[in-house]
Amino acid sequence: MLNVSIYRYNPELDSEPYMQDFQVDTQGKDVMVLDVLEKLKTEDPSLTFRRSCREGVCGSDGVNISGKNGLACITPLSDAVKGNKLVIRPLPGLPVIRDLVIDMSQFYAQYEKIQPYMINNNPAPAIERLQSPEERAKLDGLYECILCACCSTACPSFWWNPDKFIGPSGLLQAYRFLADSRDTATEERLANLDDPFSVFRCHGIMNCVQVCPKGLNPTKAIGHIRSMLIRSAT
Amino acid sequence: MVTTVTSLGRSGLSDWMIQRISAWVMTTYLVFIFVYFISNPNLNYAQWAELNSSLPMRMFSLITILSIAAHAWIGMWCVLTDYITVRLIGPKATAIRIFFQLGMIAITLLYVIWAIDILWGI
Repeated sequence: MLNVSIYRYNPELDSEPYMQDFQVDTQGKDVMVLDVLEKLKTEDPSLTFRRSCREGVCGSDGVNISGKNGLACITPLSDAVKGNKLVIRPLPGLPVIRDLVIDMSQFYAQYEKIQPYMINNNPAPAIERLQSPEERAKLDGLYECILCACCSTACPSFWWNPDKFIGPSGLLQAYRFLADSRDTATEERLANLDDPFSVFRCHGIMNCVQVCPKGLNPTKAIGHIRSMLIRSAT
Repeated sequence: MVTTVTSLGRSGLSDWMIQRISAWVMTTYLVFIFVYFISNPNLNYAQWAELNSSLPMRMFSLITILSIAAHAWIGMWCVLTDYITVRLIGPKATAIRIFFQLGMIAITLLYVIWAIDILWGI
């Protein structure tokens, strides 16, 4: 039997959060953490968490699994269980709505700030804006982000200043548009980032890289943004 | 864009560059002093005073002191804006943070002036 400890908090009933212990029979199979949560929900329907695609594409079930942020649906028990114990908490740093569900408004507000869409005021060509294979290759490792928030909620700078520091996820997306050959707003985008908080609160501790379930590297993207700022300002 | 008035360079990029450059200056100074001590095992006061009263050494020391001051200003400003915030300690945080920021700036400037006085008083 696997010992599972889960963060529980229902603001309508509980005065404060607590950890609830469960025992789960996994029949010795190396199932995913989400499978354990689903099994527990059949026993206790009040257990609340987000999930959708169950294959690491939608980014809904980001939780803190035995101390490390990750997607419950693609984290096998063999990676998460320590000493026959599995501890599941909500992603840290953002307000908890209930159990494992967090309020991601602050995270989305930062995403909105970086204008996550193509800006190009040139007249649209007859068919489409073309890119060379090399230009397209620059977007690899950037466009794959699914906005699960595992990285930003693993970042102490984002914990302390979620209203001012864009966070690794938002900055990865910012660079995705800075690197896009079809985008013409590079200077405006850079000007919006050159303050002591938006980009420069990143101290390069690379928690984001360690936890990204898609294997992306926000620290590297932030380094590229910094280089672009240096190029344009010196 | 987040505006700031108590950061050293106002812009994130200039703070970042000052932090890197000042780190190099401090490292160079430390290495120089270390090598000087190693290569002068029987150092006496006269030698030490002669080194520190030469103009190039005074310049080097002054640049290092300015680097320490800038480095400390930026670093302390980061620490204060991380931990003394309304989010973490409530509505009084802004007043407390400004108090500490101005105190930190004042102490830093006093140390710089004092250091110049020492350097040119040798």
